[in-house]
Amino acid sequence: MLLKYFSCCLMMVLSLAWGGISGTISEAKAGDGREKSAVPLDDNNPLRNLWSGYYYAKPETKTMQLDDFDNPGMLYVEEGAELWKSKPVTQAGKENKSCASCHNNPQVSMKQAGARYPVYNPDLKRMINLEQRINLCRTRFQKAPAYKYESRELLSLTAFVRNQSLGVPVRVKIDGPAKPFFEKGKAYYYKRRGQLDMGCNHCHENNYGKYIRSNLLSQGQANGFPTYRLKWQGLGSLHRRFKGCNQQVRAKPFALGADEYVNLELYLNWRGSGLEVETPAVRN
Amino acid sequence: MRFEKQFFLAILGLMTGIFAFLPLYSTDGFAENTQAQEKKTSPLKTFEIIDTIQSKSIPKSLTGKRGNAKRGESLIITRSKGNCLACHLVRDFEKKAKQDPNRYGDMGEIGPNLDGVASRYEPGELRLLLVDAKQFFPETIMPAFYRIKELHRVGGAFKNKPVLNAQEIEDVLSFLLTLK
Repeated sequence: MLLKYFSCCLMMVLSLAWGGISGTISEAKAGDGREKSAVPLDDNNPLRNLWSGYYYAKPETKTMQLDDFDNPGMLYVEEGAELWKSKPVTQAGKENKSCASCHNNPQVSMKQAGARYPVYNPDLKRMINLEQRINLCRTRFQKAPAYKYESRELLSLTAFVRNQSLGVPVRVKIDGPAKPFFEKGKAYYYKRRGQLDMGCNHCHENNYGKYIRSNLLSQGQANGFPTYRLKWQGLGSLHRRFKGCNQQVRAKPFALGADEYVNLELYLNWRGSGLEVETPAVRN
Repeated sequence: MRFEKQFFLAILGLMTGIFAFLPLYSTDGFAENTQAQEKKTSPLKTFEIIDTIQSKSIPKSLTGKRGNAKRGESLIITRSKGNCLACHLVRDFEKKAKQDPNRYGDMGEIGPNLDGVASRYEPGELRLLLVDAKQFFPETIMPAFYRIKELHRVGGAFKNKPVLNAQEIEDVLSFLLTLK
């Protein structure tokens, strides 16, 4: 009798303990809506299923991204919010327009912007990305010098603008005048380069989900950029990541903001069309 | 000088100039010349690939000598050298990984497991796979470890250098041949 009672209690304690332990490990489980996956918008996409870099991150990293107070990228977004309202002052002391002067409430005016870039610019006759659009506005309408690529100001403003599109599915235009640039971006993606002779597809199309040493390969999507990378201990742009990838296969990288990288950015955003914007994402 | 003589000398000079520089622009003519130049300037040792219906291999050693298996093992685990463990797994290393996780641990799974590779391939075939795996599998992700031609935009420090030199290839091969 006593044995029965004892074993019953033991079972209760053990099951409570097991439940308590497993409950504290907060992992995004499949199908709980936090996996950040999507079906590609374009049927011609070689990927059958789109998985954001979020899916490949460790649970602690995911938790960091989802909490606005924990997400280190949000500090840059807050700086961007200040820059949005700031009016650049010329040498003569004249105050010029701020972003807000023309675009008013960013939650309305910038809602779709982050999900649509890069776009074709008819004056420059090439594709421009969000960073370059911001600098166009600065030089043309704010009469202020352009921000340096990868400068804190440009990163903050870009992250702020793209953050307005948080949750909006990426959808870029690849037809019309954008078509030849899209094709160039696609050619770049599949071209073998560097001493290690690898193209983007070798890791991100043929081997995503597998481990290369201790790194888990993702699909190489762009929906979370500018991204806070734990490796960088800071926010960084997509072009900075491109440079890193080029260097990892022992190839000569291009300059930040180069046409090759903007075309590749267009191609990548097409490959990820359907995924939601996650800027500022947190990745390893 | 008389005008006609001047004219004649000028034409002669022009023609000499053209013929002197023509080899530079010739794509196919003067072939012996360009091949000889290439042989002199290429830092890689020449090797012969034997291609039969059943197999493709480099039967002879690149250096004429045998390799050292211990050095080969060190090249396989070293990230700046072969870095083979980035993509391949060797089950013997799993025991070593418990004592030395940084050098032996976290082996990749991109390429096939290397256990028993010496039973699956001939030594010459393994040598060809190391030198240029694309000769076997054209779409492979595996880099060519002994090739410098037809590579696109190689970064400054790595220009005109193969990933491993000829003796290192032989060393890695010697280690692989112990995996029966």
